[in-house]
Amino acid sequence: MTINELIEKTGWKLATTQLDTSIEVSGAYCGDLLSWVMGNGEPGQAWITVQVHPNVIAVALLREFSCVIVADGANVTDEMVQKSTDEQLVMLESGIPAYETAKVLAALGI
Amino acid sequence: MAVVLHKEYKVLRDDYGSAGKVSSDIKQTLNSIGFDPKVMRRIAVASYESEINMLIHAFGGDITMDIMDDGTVTLVFKDPGPGIPDLEKALTPGWSTASEKARAMGFGAGMGLPNIQRVSDAFDIQSSEAGTTLTISFRAAQ
Repeated sequence: MTINELIEKTGWKLATTQLDTSIEVSGAYCGDLLSWVMGNGEPGQAWITVQVHPNVIAVALLREFSCVIVADGANVTDEMVQKSTDEQLVMLESGIPAYETAKVLAALGI
Repeated sequence: MAVVLHKEYKVLRDDYGSAGKVSSDIKQTLNSIGFDPKVMRRIAVASYESEINMLIHAFGGDITMDIMDDGTVTLVFKDPGPGIPDLEKALTPGWSTASEKARAMGFGAGMGLPNIQRVSDAFDIQSSEAGTTLTISFRAAQ
């Protein structure tokens, strides 16, 4: 499933509106401790987190995630959106808790 | 073996705004020379963790990358202190001395050095109050 299809099915907000969303989402990883995510994430996965510090962008790019899904209404700042856009990293906001976000992805077969 | 590419970087203490920049450059450099993606991803994990350690725990430091003609990549992370008081504990998964500030940003999981050790083909760490030198190597894909 592509990020675009994911947005269509869930109604989740695309924070990085200028970026290409035809990227394939191959799975998902959920976590807020950056070293756990670095050590266990896989390329192509969507990363569900409540972390909104710019270091999230560095980790997501190095780990080659397809996108970051910010859960639980964590505040995605304009600075985050700008940096993420500059680095070509798609960022979504689910607006629901991480567990609920993961359940939705699972129900969609991701 | 001869060095075919040598790069040097500097990391500043507590420079969270630049965290990951060195690792990004290392990855881009490897990508630009057509390096094997799987080995490159392991190098990205190790370089990021090491760079972050230098920024969080040390007084900054210097990083060098050498790519040899047989494809081996060696990274050296050298900092001027304060040193790791108990290396055995530092290599234990889950053990961390990270500050509250660092933890609030998602660092300090206690998985840094264990991750680096796990993904490296060769791992050596020497530490005293005068500083820590971490040397890690990666063999090219066969």
